[in-house]
Amino acid sequence: MIILEMDKISQEFGGLRALDNVSLKINEQEIFGIIGPNGAGKTTLFNIITGIYVPIEGDLLFKGQRINGTAPYDIARMGIARTFQNIRLFDKLSVLDNVRIGCHGVTHSGFWASVLGLPISRKEEVFILDRAEKLLQLIGLYEKRYEYANNLAYGEQRRLEIARALALEPSLVLLDEPGAGMNPQEKEELMKLIRQIRDDLHLTIVLVEHDMNLVMNICERIAVLNYGRKIADGTPAKVKNDPQVIQSYLGAGA
Amino acid sequence: MDAFIAQYIDAYYLRIMIFIGINIIMALGLNLITGVTGQLSMGHAGFMSLGAYTAAIISLHYDAPFFLAILAGAAMAASFGFIIGIPTLRLDGDDLAMVTIGFAEIIRVFFLNFEPGGKAVGLSGIPQYTDFATVWLIVIVVIILNAKLLYSRVGRSLFAIRENEIAAQSCGINTTRMKILAFTVGSFLGGLGGGLYAHYMYYINPQDFGFMKSIEILNMVVLGGMGSIPGTVLGAVILTLAPEMLRIVAEYRLLFYGGMLVILMIFRPNGLLGDVRIYDLKKRWGKKR
Ligand SMILES: Nc1ncnc2c1ncn2[C@@H]1O[C@H](COP(=O)(O)OP(=O)(O)OP(=O)(O)O)[C@@H](O)[C@H]1O
Ligand SMILES: [Mg+2]
Repeated sequence: MIILEMDKISQEFGGLRALDNVSLKINEQEIFGIIGPNGAGKTTLFNIITGIYVPIEGDLLFKGQRINGTAPYDIARMGIARTFQNIRLFDKLSVLDNVRIGCHGVTHSGFWASVLGLPISRKEEVFILDRAEKLLQLIGLYEKRYEYANNLAYGEQRRLEIARALALEPSLVLLDEPGAGMNPQEKEELMKLIRQIRDDLHLTIVLVEHDMNLVMNICERIAVLNYGRKIADGTPAKVKNDPQVIQSYLGAGA
Repeated sequence: MDAFIAQYIDAYYLRIMIFIGINIIMALGLNLITGVTGQLSMGHAGFMSLGAYTAAIISLHYDAPFFLAILAGAAMAASFGFIIGIPTLRLDGDDLAMVTIGFAEIIRVFFLNFEPGGKAVGLSGIPQYTDFATVWLIVIVVIILNAKLLYSRVGRSLFAIRENEIAAQSCGINTTRMKILAFTVGSFLGGLGGGLYAHYMYYINPQDFGFMKSIEILNMVVLGGMGSIPGTVLGAVILTLAPEMLRIVAEYRLLFYGGMLVILMIFRPNGLLGDVRIYDLKKRWGKKR
Protein backbone atom coordinates (compact mmCIF):
# COMPACT_ATOMS: atom_id res chain seq x y z
CA MET A 1 0.00 0.00 0.00
CA ILE A 2 1.30 3.42 -0.92
CA ILE A 3 0.79 5.98 1.81
CA LEU A 4 2.36 8.99 0.14
CA GLU A 5 2.81 9.70 -3.52
CA MET A 6 4.60 12.63 -5.06
CA ASP A 7 3.95 13.09 -8.72
CA LYS A 8 6.31 15.36 -10.67
CA ILE A 9 6.66 17.91 -7.90
CA SER A 10 8.55 21.10 -8.70
CA GLN A 11 9.30 24.10 -6.55
CA GLU A 12 11.09 27.36 -7.27
CA PHE A 13 12.49 30.10 -5.08
CA GLY A 14 13.04 33.26 -7.08
CA GLY A 15 14.21 31.42 -10.18
CA LEU A 16 16.14 28.80 -8.24
CA ARG A 17 14.69 25.39 -8.99
CA ALA A 18 14.80 23.78 -5.56
CA LEU A 19 12.84 20.75 -6.72
CA ASP A 20 12.58 19.62 -10.29
CA ASN A 21 10.02 17.02 -11.32
CA VAL A 22 10.44 14.83 -8.31
CA SER A 23 8.28 11.70 -8.15
CA LEU A 24 8.34 9.35 -5.20
CA LYS A 25 6.19 6.66 -3.74
CA ILE A 26 6.42 5.79 -0.07
CA ASN A 27 5.01 2.49 1.12
CA GLU A 28 3.06 2.05 4.29
CA GLN A 29 5.20 1.17 7.32
CA GLU A 30 8.54 1.48 5.60
CA ILE A 31 11.52 3.46 6.73
CA PHE A 32 12.45 5.59 3.77
CA GLY A 33 15.61 7.67 3.52
CA ILE A 34 16.22 10.82 1.52
CA ILE A 35 19.83 11.77 0.98
CA GLY A 36 21.71 14.28 -1.09
CA PRO A 37 24.26 17.07 -0.80
CA ASN A 38 23.56 20.38 0.94
CA GLY A 39 20.96 22.41 -0.89
CA ALA A 40 19.67 19.41 -2.81
CA GLY A 41 16.09 20.15 -1.84
CA LYS A 42 15.50 17.59 0.92
CA THR A 43 14.06 20.00 3.46
CA THR A 44 12.07 21.71 0.73
CA LEU A 45 10.49 18.36 -0.03
CA PHE A 46 9.43 18.03 3.61
CA ASN A 47 8.10 21.57 3.60
CA ILE A 48 5.98 20.73 0.60
CA ILE A 49 4.64 17.53 2.08
CA THR A 50 3.67 19.36 5.26
CA GLY A 51 2.00 22.23 3.45
CA ILE A 52 4.44 24.99 4.33
CA TYR A 53 4.91 25.53 0.61
CA VAL A 54 2.47 24.78 -2.16
CA PRO A 55 4.40 23.23 -5.05
CA ILE A 56 4.29 25.17 -8.29
CA GLU A 57 3.83 21.93 -10.23
CA GLY A 58 2.85 18.39 -9.49
CA ASP A 59 0.54 16.49 -7.23
CA LEU A 60 0.84 15.29 -3.70
CA LEU A 61 -1.31 12.36 -2.63
CA PHE A 62 -1.64 11.19 0.95
CA LYS A 63 -3.59 7.95 1.29
CA GLY A 64 -4.94 8.61 -2.16
CA GLN A 65 -6.17 12.10 -1.34
CA ARG A 66 -4.72 15.14 -3.06
CA ILE A 67 -3.25 17.44 -0.42
CA ASN A 68 -1.44 20.22 -2.24
CA GLY A 69 -2.75 23.53 -1.02
CA THR A 70 -3.98 22.07 2.25
CA ALA A 71 -3.01 24.17 5.26
CA PRO A 72 -0.14 22.82 7.40
CA TYR A 73 -2.35 22.32 10.46
CA ASP A 74 -4.89 20.37 8.45
CA ILE A 75 -2.15 18.19 7.00
CA ALA A 76 -0.93 17.57 10.53
CA ARG A 77 -4.44 16.57 11.59
CA MET A 78 -4.60 14.15 8.66
CA GLY A 79 -1.71 12.32 10.25
CA ILE A 80 1.55 13.71 8.89
CA ALA A 81 3.91 14.75 11.66
CA ARG A 82 7.45 16.08 11.38
CA THR A 83 10.58 17.26 13.07
CA PHE A 84 12.72 20.16 11.94
CA GLN A 85 16.33 20.33 10.81
CA ASN A 86 16.83 23.54 12.77
CA ILE A 87 15.10 22.38 15.93
CA ARG A 88 11.81 24.15 16.52
CA LEU A 89 10.76 23.42 20.05
CA PHE A 90 8.60 25.58 22.28
CA ASP A 91 11.71 26.73 24.12
CA LYS A 92 10.18 28.50 27.08
CA LEU A 93 7.69 25.77 27.82
CA SER A 94 8.28 22.60 29.76
CA VAL A 95 9.28 19.36 28.10
CA LEU A 96 5.92 17.98 29.15
CA ASP A 97 4.02 20.90 27.65
CA ASN A 98 5.87 20.49 24.38
CA VAL A 99 4.52 16.99 24.05
CA ARG A 100 1.10 17.98 25.34
CA ILE A 101 0.90 20.59 22.61
CA GLY A 102 1.75 17.82 20.19
CA CYS A 103 -1.57 16.23 21.17
CA HIS A 104 -3.46 19.27 19.91
CA GLY A 105 -4.37 17.72 16.58
CA VAL A 106 -5.99 14.67 18.15
CA THR A 107 -8.06 16.50 20.77
CA HIS A 108 -11.01 18.82 20.45
CA SER A 109 -11.96 20.86 23.49
CA GLY A 110 -12.41 24.48 22.53
CA PHE A 111 -12.44 27.81 24.28
CA TRP A 112 -15.57 27.44 26.37
CA ALA A 113 -14.85 23.88 27.36
CA SER A 114 -11.42 25.02 28.53
CA VAL A 115 -12.45 28.18 30.33
CA LEU A 116 -15.40 26.59 32.07
CA GLY A 117 -13.56 23.35 32.76
CA LEU A 118 -16.31 21.28 31.14
CA PRO A 119 -16.12 17.49 31.44
CA ILE A 120 -14.91 17.05 27.85
CA SER A 121 -11.96 19.30 28.58
CA ARG A 122 -11.14 17.58 31.85
CA LYS A 123 -11.38 14.16 30.26
CA GLU A 124 -9.13 15.23 27.43
CA GLU A 125 -6.60 16.71 29.83
CA VAL A 126 -6.28 13.33 31.50
CA PHE A 127 -5.84 11.68 28.12
CA ILE A 128 -3.29 14.28 27.01
CA LEU A 129 -1.23 14.04 30.16
CA ASP A 130 -1.23 10.28 30.05
CA ARG A 131 -0.24 10.20 26.41
CA ALA A 132 2.50 12.78 26.87
CA GLU A 133 3.98 10.98 29.85
CA LYS A 134 4.01 7.68 28.01
CA LEU A 135 5.78 9.23 25.05
CA LEU A 136 8.33 10.86 27.32
CA GLN A 137 9.00 7.50 28.89
CA LEU A 138 9.40 6.01 25.44
CA ILE A 139 12.05 8.52 24.40
CA GLY A 140 13.65 8.63 27.83
CA LEU A 141 12.89 12.20 28.83
CA TYR A 142 10.32 11.52 31.50
CA GLU A 143 12.66 12.55 34.31
CA LYS A 144 13.16 15.92 32.64
CA ARG A 145 9.51 16.63 32.02
CA TYR A 146 9.43 19.84 34.06
CA GLU A 147 12.54 21.35 32.51
CA TYR A 148 12.33 24.07 29.91
CA ALA A 149 12.78 22.58 26.47
CA ASN A 150 15.74 24.83 25.72
CA ASN A 151 17.59 23.59 28.79
CA LEU A 152 17.90 20.15 27.24
CA ALA A 153 21.06 18.94 25.57
CA TYR A 154 21.06 19.02 21.80
CA GLY A 155 20.44 15.33 21.33
CA GLU A 156 17.65 15.41 23.86
CA GLN A 157 16.01 18.26 22.02
CA ARG A 158 16.00 16.21 18.85
CA ARG A 159 14.38 13.33 20.67
CA LEU A 160 11.83 15.65 22.23
CA GLU A 161 10.86 16.78 18.75
CA ILE A 162 10.24 13.16 17.86
CA ALA A 163 8.04 12.69 20.93
CA ARG A 164 6.08 15.79 20.07
CA ALA A 165 5.58 14.55 16.53
CA LEU A 166 4.39 11.16 17.78
CA ALA A 167 1.85 12.83 20.07
CA LEU A 168 -0.14 13.63 16.95
CA GLU A 169 -0.84 9.92 16.45
CA PRO A 170 0.51 10.24 12.93
CA SER A 171 0.60 7.57 10.30
CA LEU A 172 3.52 9.24 8.55
CA VAL A 173 6.47 10.86 10.32
CA LEU A 174 9.05 13.01 8.57
CA LEU A 175 12.37 13.34 10.39
CA ASP A 176 14.69 16.05 9.10
CA GLU A 177 18.25 15.09 10.10
CA PRO A 178 17.26 13.50 13.41
CA GLY A 179 20.84 12.49 14.14
CA ALA A 180 22.46 15.85 13.47
CA GLY A 181 24.71 16.89 16.34
CA MET A 182 24.44 13.56 18.11
CA ASN A 183 27.43 11.50 19.20
CA PRO A 184 27.84 7.93 17.91
CA GLN A 185 26.26 6.39 20.96
CA GLU A 186 23.24 8.70 20.78
CA LYS A 187 22.93 7.86 17.10
CA GLU A 188 22.94 4.19 17.89
CA GLU A 189 20.09 4.72 20.34
CA LEU A 190 18.27 6.89 17.83
CA MET A 191 18.37 4.11 15.25
CA LYS A 192 16.94 1.71 17.76
CA LEU A 193 14.25 4.22 18.67
CA ILE A 194 13.27 4.82 15.05
CA ARG A 195 12.95 1.11 14.40
CA GLN A 196 11.06 0.62 17.60
CA ILE A 197 8.49 3.30 16.92
CA ARG A 198 7.94 2.00 13.41
CA ASP A 199 7.44 -1.56 14.68
CA ASP A 200 5.38 -0.73 17.75
CA LEU A 201 3.29 2.10 16.39
CA HIS A 202 3.08 0.80 12.82
CA LEU A 203 4.20 4.09 11.36
CA THR A 204 5.72 5.08 8.10
CA ILE A 205 8.94 7.02 8.54
CA VAL A 206 10.70 9.22 6.03
CA LEU A 207 14.01 10.61 7.15
CA VAL A 208 16.62 12.95 5.78
CA GLU A 209 20.09 12.22 7.05
CA HIS A 210 23.68 12.94 6.15
CA ASP A 211 25.09 10.10 8.19
CA MET A 212 25.43 7.31 5.62
CA ASN A 213 25.95 4.66 8.26
CA LEU A 214 22.64 5.57 9.89
CA VAL A 215 20.76 5.78 6.60
CA MET A 216 22.09 2.58 5.08
CA ASN A 217 21.46 0.77 8.34
CA ILE A 218 17.84 1.50 8.99
CA CYS A 219 16.29 2.57 5.71
CA GLU A 220 14.59 -0.03 3.59
CA ARG A 221 14.56 2.24 0.59
CA ILE A 222 16.37 5.43 -0.25
CA ALA A 223 15.97 8.27 -2.72
CA VAL A 224 18.87 10.50 -3.71
CA LEU A 225 18.36 14.15 -4.57
CA ASN A 226 20.87 16.34 -6.30
CA TYR A 227 20.19 19.94 -7.33
CA GLY A 228 16.49 19.35 -6.90
CA ARG A 229 16.40 16.25 -9.06
CA LYS A 230 15.91 12.71 -8.00
CA ILE A 231 18.89 10.86 -9.38
CA ALA A 232 18.25 7.42 -7.92
CA ASP A 233 16.04 5.42 -5.66
CA GLY A 234 15.79 1.88 -4.37
CA THR A 235 17.31 -0.35 -1.72
CA PRO A 236 20.45 0.85 0.10
CA ALA A 237 22.53 -1.72 -1.76
CA LYS A 238 21.29 -0.56 -5.12
CA VAL A 239 21.69 3.13 -4.36
CA LYS A 240 25.16 2.65 -2.90
CA ASN A 241 26.38 1.19 -6.14
CA ASP A 242 24.67 3.60 -8.48
CA PRO A 243 27.40 5.27 -10.55
CA GLN A 244 25.61 8.61 -10.68
CA VAL A 245 25.14 8.63 -6.91
CA ILE A 246 28.77 7.77 -6.30
CA GLN A 247 29.89 10.51 -8.62
CA SER A 248 27.66 13.29 -7.35
CA TYR A 249 27.37 12.47 -3.69
CA LEU A 250 28.97 9.46 -2.10
CA GLY A 251 32.20 9.80 -4.02
CA ALA A 252 33.12 13.01 -2.28
CA GLY A 253 32.90 12.05 1.37
CA ALA A 254 31.82 8.50 2.10
CA MET B 1 -20.53 46.39 50.76
CA ASP B 2 -18.36 49.39 49.96
CA ALA B 3 -19.83 51.36 52.80
CA PHE B 4 -18.70 48.55 55.04
CA ILE B 5 -15.22 48.49 53.54
CA ALA B 6 -15.03 52.27 53.73
CA GLN B 7 -15.16 52.06 57.51
CA TYR B 8 -11.79 50.41 57.47
CA ILE B 9 -10.07 51.73 54.39
CA ASP B 10 -9.37 55.32 53.62
CA ALA B 11 -11.30 56.59 50.60
CA TYR B 12 -8.05 57.44 48.86
CA TYR B 13 -6.75 53.88 49.13
CA LEU B 14 -10.10 52.50 48.10
CA ARG B 15 -9.85 54.57 44.96
CA ILE B 16 -6.37 53.25 44.23
CA MET B 17 -7.49 49.70 44.85
CA ILE B 18 -10.27 50.17 42.32
CA PHE B 19 -7.81 51.47 39.74
CA ILE B 20 -5.51 48.55 40.44
CA GLY B 21 -8.39 46.14 39.87
CA ILE B 22 -9.42 47.76 36.61
CA ASN B 23 -5.84 47.76 35.40
CA ILE B 24 -5.42 44.10 36.30
CA ILE B 25 -8.47 43.21 34.20
CA MET B 26 -7.22 45.15 31.19
CA ALA B 27 -3.62 44.01 31.55
CA LEU B 28 -4.71 40.37 31.74
CA GLY B 29 -6.49 40.94 28.44
CA LEU B 30 -3.38 42.34 26.83
CA ASN B 31 -1.31 39.60 28.42
CA LEU B 32 -3.39 37.10 26.51
CA ILE B 33 -2.63 38.83 23.21
CA THR B 34 0.96 39.93 23.74
CA GLY B 35 2.30 37.95 26.67
CA VAL B 36 0.81 34.57 25.90
CA THR B 37 0.24 34.56 22.16
CA GLY B 38 3.20 36.82 21.40
CA GLN B 39 1.32 39.31 19.21
CA LEU B 40 2.64 42.76 20.03
CA SER B 41 -0.40 45.00 20.43
CA MET B 42 0.19 48.65 21.25
CA GLY B 43 -3.38 49.79 20.99
CA HIS B 44 -5.08 48.30 23.98
CA ALA B 45 -6.46 51.69 25.03
CA GLY B 46 -8.50 51.63 21.82
CA PHE B 47 -10.43 48.63 23.11
CA MET B 48 -10.68 50.25 26.50
CA SER B 49 -12.30 53.34 25.01
CA LEU B 50 -14.75 51.26 22.97
CA GLY B 51 -15.84 49.56 26.17
CA ALA B 52 -15.95 52.81 28.10
CA TYR B 53 -18.03 54.75 25.60
CA THR B 54 -20.37 51.92 24.75
CA ALA B 55 -21.10 51.16 28.39
CA ALA B 56 -21.42 54.83 29.32
CA ILE B 57 -23.79 55.66 26.49
CA ILE B 58 -25.96 52.67 27.30
CA SER B 59 -26.12 53.67 30.95
CA LEU B 60 -26.83 57.30 30.18
CA HIS B 61 -29.38 56.87 27.42
CA TYR B 62 -31.04 53.55 28.09
CA ASP B 63 -30.85 53.30 31.82
CA ALA B 64 -29.78 49.67 31.45
CA PRO B 65 -28.62 47.59 34.42
CA PHE B 66 -24.95 48.10 35.16
CA PHE B 67 -23.79 44.60 34.32
CA LEU B 68 -25.56 44.76 30.96
CA ALA B 69 -23.91 48.07 30.14
CA ILE B 70 -20.38 46.87 30.89
CA LEU B 71 -21.02 43.56 29.14
CA ALA B 72 -22.19 45.44 26.07
CA GLY B 73 -19.04 47.55 26.22
CA ALA B 74 -16.86 44.49 26.49
CA ALA B 75 -18.75 42.83 23.64
CA MET B 76 -18.28 45.91 21.47
CA ALA B 77 -14.54 45.88 22.15
CA ALA B 78 -14.43 42.13 21.49
CA SER B 79 -16.12 42.53 18.10
CA PHE B 80 -13.54 45.10 17.14
CA GLY B 81 -10.81 42.84 18.44
CA PHE B 82 -12.19 40.10 16.23
CA ILE B 83 -12.31 42.37 13.18
CA ILE B 84 -8.87 43.86 13.84
CA GLY B 85 -7.58 40.36 14.48
CA ILE B 86 -8.30 39.18 10.97
CA PRO B 87 -6.10 41.48 8.86
CA THR B 88 -3.40 41.78 11.47
CA LEU B 89 -2.80 38.07 11.46
CA ARG B 90 -0.63 38.23 8.44
CA LEU B 91 1.57 40.71 10.19
CA ASP B 92 3.96 40.23 13.01
CA GLY B 93 6.35 42.16 15.17
CA ASP B 94 6.75 45.80 14.26
CA ASP B 95 4.10 45.76 11.54
CA LEU B 96 1.47 44.51 13.92
CA ALA B 97 2.54 47.09 16.50
CA MET B 98 2.10 49.85 13.92
CA VAL B 99 -1.33 48.63 12.86
CA THR B 100 -2.56 48.39 16.44
CA ILE B 101 -1.26 51.89 17.22
CA GLY B 102 -3.05 53.12 14.12
CA PHE B 103 -6.24 51.38 15.11
CA ALA B 104 -6.28 52.92 18.58
CA GLU B 105 -5.57 56.32 17.08
CA ILE B 106 -8.47 55.96 14.63
CA ILE B 107 -10.78 55.03 17.47
CA ARG B 108 -9.60 58.05 19.46
CA VAL B 109 -10.15 60.40 16.54
CA PHE B 110 -13.52 58.81 15.94
CA PHE B 111 -14.63 59.60 19.50
CA LEU B 112 -13.25 63.12 19.15
CA ASN B 113 -15.87 63.60 16.46
CA PHE B 114 -18.60 61.38 17.80
CA GLU B 115 -21.66 63.46 18.64
CA PRO B 116 -23.34 61.03 21.09
CA GLY B 117 -20.01 60.75 22.89
CA GLY B 118 -19.77 64.50 23.42
CA LYS B 119 -16.92 64.90 20.93
CA ALA B 120 -13.76 66.41 22.42
CA VAL B 121 -15.62 67.46 25.56
CA GLY B 122 -16.40 63.85 26.38
CA LEU B 123 -19.21 62.33 28.35
CA SER B 124 -20.09 63.38 31.85
CA GLY B 125 -22.64 62.42 34.44
CA ILE B 126 -22.00 58.72 34.02
CA PRO B 127 -23.51 57.00 37.06
CA GLN B 128 -20.86 55.76 39.45
CA TYR B 129 -21.86 52.12 39.59
CA THR B 130 -18.36 50.76 39.80
CA ASP B 131 -17.32 49.99 43.33
CA PHE B 132 -14.59 48.12 45.11
CA ALA B 133 -16.56 44.91 45.59
CA THR B 134 -17.71 44.69 41.97
CA VAL B 135 -14.26 45.38 40.56
CA TRP B 136 -12.52 42.84 42.73
CA LEU B 137 -15.18 40.23 42.23
CA ILE B 138 -14.63 40.61 38.50
CA VAL B 139 -10.86 40.53 39.01
CA ILE B 140 -11.13 37.21 40.82
CA VAL B 141 -13.42 35.71 38.21
CA VAL B 142 -11.17 36.93 35.39
CA ILE B 143 -8.07 35.50 37.06
CA ILE B 144 -9.72 32.13 37.61
CA LEU B 145 -11.07 31.86 34.08
CA ASN B 146 -7.78 33.11 32.67
CA ALA B 147 -5.85 30.48 34.61
CA LYS B 148 -8.25 27.78 33.46
CA LEU B 149 -7.75 28.91 29.90
CA LEU B 150 -3.96 29.04 30.07
CA TYR B 151 -3.62 25.55 31.50
CA SER B 152 -5.88 24.00 28.93
CA ARG B 153 -5.44 22.69 25.42
CA VAL B 154 -6.42 26.08 24.00
CA GLY B 155 -4.10 28.03 26.30
CA ARG B 156 -1.14 25.82 25.52
CA SER B 157 -1.75 26.33 21.83
CA LEU B 158 -1.59 30.10 22.37
CA PHE B 159 1.78 29.73 24.10
CA ALA B 160 2.88 27.49 21.25
CA ILE B 161 2.16 30.26 18.74
CA ARG B 162 4.31 32.66 20.73
CA GLU B 163 7.13 30.16 20.94
CA ASN B 164 7.18 28.91 17.36
CA GLU B 165 4.42 29.43 14.89
CA ILE B 166 5.58 26.91 12.32
CA ALA B 167 6.03 24.21 14.93
CA ALA B 168 2.61 25.08 16.32
CA GLN B 169 1.06 24.47 12.91
CA SER B 170 2.90 21.19 12.61
CA CYS B 171 1.09 20.13 15.79
CA GLY B 172 -2.26 20.74 14.13
CA ILE B 173 -2.89 24.17 15.61
CA ASN B 174 -4.91 26.50 13.42
CA THR B 175 -2.78 29.50 14.30
CA THR B 176 -5.01 31.97 12.49
CA ARG B 177 -8.05 30.97 14.49
CA MET B 178 -6.16 30.96 17.74
CA LYS B 179 -4.74 34.43 17.18
CA ILE B 180 -8.19 35.78 16.42
CA LEU B 181 -9.41 34.12 19.59
CA ALA B 182 -6.65 35.75 21.63
CA PHE B 183 -7.44 39.15 20.12
CA THR B 184 -11.15 38.75 20.74
CA VAL B 185 -10.87 37.65 24.35
CA GLY B 186 -8.07 40.12 25.07
CA SER B 187 -10.09 43.04 23.72
CA PHE B 188 -13.14 41.85 25.61
CA LEU B 189 -11.19 42.31 28.82
CA GLY B 190 -9.89 45.67 27.62
CA GLY B 191 -13.46 46.78 26.98
CA LEU B 192 -14.62 45.39 30.30
CA GLY B 193 -11.99 47.47 32.08
CA GLY B 194 -13.04 50.48 30.04
CA GLY B 195 -16.68 50.09 31.07
CA LEU B 196 -15.73 49.84 34.74
CA TYR B 197 -13.46 52.85 34.38
CA ALA B 198 -16.21 54.96 32.82
CA HIS B 199 -18.61 54.08 35.61
CA TYR B 200 -16.11 55.07 38.23
CA MET B 201 -14.92 58.35 36.78
CA TYR B 202 -18.30 60.10 36.14
CA TYR B 203 -16.53 61.62 33.19
CA ILE B 204 -14.58 60.32 30.20
CA ASN B 205 -13.08 61.96 27.18
CA PRO B 206 -11.02 60.67 24.24
CA GLN B 207 -7.74 61.85 25.73
CA ASP B 208 -8.11 59.29 28.52
CA PHE B 209 -7.47 56.57 25.99
CA GLY B 210 -4.47 57.81 24.04
CA PHE B 211 -1.23 56.15 23.08
CA MET B 212 0.24 56.68 26.55
CA LYS B 213 -2.56 54.64 28.07
CA SER B 214 -1.83 51.78 25.68
CA ILE B 215 1.84 51.91 26.61
CA GLU B 216 0.99 52.02 30.29
CA ILE B 217 -1.01 48.79 30.01
CA LEU B 218 1.66 47.19 27.85
CA ASN B 219 4.25 48.11 30.47
CA MET B 220 2.28 46.24 33.12
CA VAL B 221 2.49 43.08 31.08
CA VAL B 222 6.14 43.55 30.20
CA LEU B 223 7.21 44.54 33.70
CA GLY B 224 5.43 41.69 35.41
CA GLY B 225 6.36 39.03 32.94
CA MET B 226 4.97 38.16 29.55
CA GLY B 227 2.50 35.33 29.70
CA SER B 228 2.42 35.11 33.46
CA ILE B 229 -0.81 35.81 35.34
CA PRO B 230 0.90 36.56 38.69
CA GLY B 231 3.42 38.66 36.79
CA THR B 232 0.77 40.70 35.04
CA VAL B 233 -1.07 41.26 38.30
CA LEU B 234 2.15 42.40 39.96
CA GLY B 235 2.93 44.69 37.02
CA ALA B 236 -0.52 46.26 37.24
CA VAL B 237 -0.13 46.80 40.98
CA ILE B 238 3.32 48.38 40.71
CA LEU B 239 2.50 50.63 37.80
CA THR B 240 -0.76 51.80 39.31
CA LEU B 241 0.87 52.55 42.64
CA ALA B 242 4.07 54.13 41.37
CA PRO B 243 2.61 57.40 40.04
CA GLU B 244 0.49 57.73 43.20
CA MET B 245 3.32 57.11 45.63
CA LEU B 246 5.97 59.12 43.87
CA ARG B 247 4.98 62.51 42.62
CA ILE B 248 8.20 62.63 40.68
CA VAL B 249 7.10 59.55 38.78
CA ALA B 250 3.84 61.17 37.80
CA GLU B 251 5.63 64.19 36.43
CA TYR B 252 8.28 62.28 34.55
CA ARG B 253 6.12 59.39 33.53
CA LEU B 254 7.75 58.86 30.13
CA LEU B 255 11.21 59.00 31.59
CA PHE B 256 10.21 56.64 34.37
CA TYR B 257 8.71 54.07 32.04
CA GLY B 258 11.58 54.27 29.60
CA GLY B 259 14.20 53.96 32.33
CA MET B 260 12.31 51.16 33.99
CA LEU B 261 12.11 49.17 30.79
CA VAL B 262 15.82 49.61 30.10
CA ILE B 263 16.74 48.42 33.59
CA LEU B 264 14.31 45.56 33.25
CA MET B 265 15.73 44.47 29.90
CA ILE B 266 19.17 44.35 31.45
CA PHE B 267 18.38 42.48 34.65
CA ARG B 268 15.20 40.55 33.97
CA PRO B 269 14.54 40.39 30.24
CA ASN B 270 11.52 38.16 30.83
CA GLY B 271 9.88 40.48 33.33
CA LEU B 272 9.83 40.34 37.11
CA LEU B 273 7.91 37.09 37.21
CA GLY B 274 8.62 36.10 33.63
CA ASP B 275 7.10 32.72 32.89
CA VAL B 276 6.14 32.11 36.46
CA ARG B 277 2.90 30.25 36.27
CA ILE B 278 0.47 29.64 39.11
CA TYR B 279 0.40 26.05 38.04
CA ASP B 280 4.19 25.62 38.17
CA LEU B 281 4.35 27.23 41.58
CA LYS B 282 1.76 24.80 42.82
CA LYS B 283 3.68 21.91 41.37
CA ARG B 284 7.05 23.02 42.73
CA TRP B 285 5.63 23.62 46.13
CA GLY B 286 3.93 20.25 46.00
CA LYS B 287 7.15 18.53 45.02
CA LYS B 288 9.20 20.07 47.80
CA ARG B 289 6.88 18.79 50.48
N1 LIG C 1 12.32 29.76 1.63
C1 LIG C 1 13.32 29.74 0.76
N2 LIG C 1 13.60 30.84 0.04
C2 LIG C 1 14.60 30.83 -0.87
N3 LIG C 1 15.37 29.78 -1.13
C3 LIG C 1 15.14 28.65 -0.45
C4 LIG C 1 14.11 28.57 0.53
N4 LIG C 1 14.11 27.32 1.04
C5 LIG C 1 15.10 26.66 0.41
N5 LIG C 1 15.73 27.44 -0.48
C6 LIG C 1 16.81 27.04 -1.37
O1 LIG C 1 16.42 25.84 -1.98
C7 LIG C 1 17.52 24.98 -2.08
C8 LIG C 1 17.20 23.67 -1.40
O2 LIG C 1 17.18 23.91 -0.01
P1 LIG C 1 16.88 22.77 1.04
O3 LIG C 1 16.86 23.41 2.36
O4 LIG C 1 15.69 22.02 0.62
O5 LIG C 1 18.16 21.84 0.93
P2 LIG C 1 18.55 20.58 1.77
O6 LIG C 1 18.68 19.46 0.81
O7 LIG C 1 17.64 20.39 2.90
O8 LIG C 1 19.98 20.98 2.28
P3 LIG C 1 20.70 20.70 3.68
O9 LIG C 1 21.32 19.36 3.58
O10 LIG C 1 21.73 21.76 3.77
O11 LIG C 1 19.68 20.80 4.73
C9 LIG C 1 18.71 25.68 -1.48
O12 LIG C 1 19.45 26.27 -2.52
C10 LIG C 1 18.08 26.73 -0.62
O13 LIG C 1 18.90 27.86 -0.51
MG1 LIG D 1 17.76 20.45 4.88
